[in-house]
Amino acid sequence: MAERGSGRPDPGVAADAQWARDRRAEREAARRHRARRGQAVAALSTVLVLGTLTALIVTSPGWDDVQEAFFNPDDFVDIFPDVLSAFWLDIRIFMVVEVVVLVLGLMVAIARMAKAPALFPVRILAVVYTDVFRGVPTILLIFLVGFGIPALDLSGLPTEPIILGGIALALSYGAYVAEVYRAGLRSIHPGQREAALSVGLTEGQALRHVVLPQAVRRVGPPLLNDFIALQKDVALISILGVAGEAFRVAQIEAQTNFNYTPLLAAALLYLCITIPLARVLDWWDSPERAR
Amino acid sequence: MASMPVIEIRGVTKSFGDREVLRGVDLAIAEHEAVALIGASGSGKSTLLRCVDLLEDIDDGDIFLDGEVITDPSVDAVGVRRRLGVVFQAYNLFPHLNVIENVTLGRVRAGGVGQAEAEEQAIGVLARFGLEGREKERPDNLSGGQQQRVAIARAFAARPRAMLLDEVTSALDPELVGEVLRAVRDLREEGVTMLIATHEMGFAREVADRVGFLHEGRLLEISPPRELLENPSEPETKRFLRRLLEAGRA
Repeated sequence: MAERGSGRPDPGVAADAQWARDRRAEREAARRHRARRGQAVAALSTVLVLGTLTALIVTSPGWDDVQEAFFNPDDFVDIFPDVLSAFWLDIRIFMVVEVVVLVLGLMVAIARMAKAPALFPVRILAVVYTDVFRGVPTILLIFLVGFGIPALDLSGLPTEPIILGGIALALSYGAYVAEVYRAGLRSIHPGQREAALSVGLTEGQALRHVVLPQAVRRVGPPLLNDFIALQKDVALISILGVAGEAFRVAQIEAQTNFNYTPLLAAALLYLCITIPLARVLDWWDSPERAR
Repeated sequence: MASMPVIEIRGVTKSFGDREVLRGVDLAIAEHEAVALIGASGSGKSTLLRCVDLLEDIDDGDIFLDGEVITDPSVDAVGVRRRLGVVFQAYNLFPHLNVIENVTLGRVRAGGVGQAEAEEQAIGVLARFGLEGREKERPDNLSGGQQQRVAIARAFAARPRAMLLDEVTSALDPELVGEVLRAVRDLREEGVTMLIATHEMGFAREVADRVGFLHEGRLLEISPPRELLENPSEPETKRFLRRLLEAGRA
């Protein structure tokens, strides 16, 4: 290479710089070309797959009947306000049950992890609870609680289907959420508890101020996942004949008109809640958010 | 009569399952004294420190703090721990709290100090260890050396009767060791009674009044640093020091 710093620009240096610029331009062009090609391929394959699926459905022998039974625009417009107002009840049930689930799950998780010998029965109870209520199908649990508790004929116990359904959902989801909390609590390094004890905190304070805040932060995404599932499963309590619940309303309408469009309307409403929740979950779980 | 030791360890044994980690350790640490424990990994240094802070139950023997037995089952462990400060090898800072909250948590919740007073104290203690202006940072945003200095500040904030330092530089990159050792030297000048488990021979020599060699759960010898490091009497100590020398660590 030529010596630098002499007054006149060195032709060799200038040629090198030109060559480097050319190489950079070449690489950038190749990169743009690859990106354009990738987009074209993605677009083409999307059109192809969706087109084939649509064609398959639309040309099916029963398509006309299905269209009439599920996608009737007049019925949809007619029924939508009713289903929408019923859906508000679903949301309220969901919110109340969710709060109960969060508290119940946390209590069960802490009970399961209690080490004191005096708390042995509490621990066993918590284990049995999570095993049983996680192992029974939610719909079965709703039947058992919804029809079993009133059949006991004990005074003081609730008989309202909506309350009983809520209790059954809370019991079922409480078991799942307890396990989520427990996984979170166990994921906190024992050194955290020890450090908390070493600065003079009691076991309870160490749990409350050091271990629990970290565990709850860590299990946010899986908890939200259970929220989404619970939000949908509120529809299950319709089997107890809860009046005014969205799925129930849609079902009745569907049966009276021999048309399933109301069910589609209800499905859309559930999606209006669950899809945004899913996006929140994606955001929460994304690596970018972790900074 | 000589004044009462701050920490006295008498015949302490500790096993994890079949593995005997401490096989009868005796050690007394006087007020303002710094004792360093050296020995191979697994020799029982950390376990001994953890036993003193009652993070482990001992099997046999007794430990006294200011003449009171603390290893009796009836003793309130929380009260004992409030009189001791521990610095861990892996810092164990609270990652969900910022620097100043790490220091004040114990002061407010355990020390019965008001929030404002605890914060004022914490600012002073953090500044003393070169952490002024870092009060609102999360531990994750600090270097290992800074994190360990926060941990030292956290342990020192309550002005404990004694501090237990467990391999406080072992998790650090070599260029960060110096700043943490300076912080410990500062504690030493303050006259803090200390029990230190360490791998840093130079540090043990400089900061400790006495250095003890722990081998397979026994304290084989303990003497002033010069004597132990330059003229050990036990063959095991000689072997250990020779191995360190060969590895370039002495």
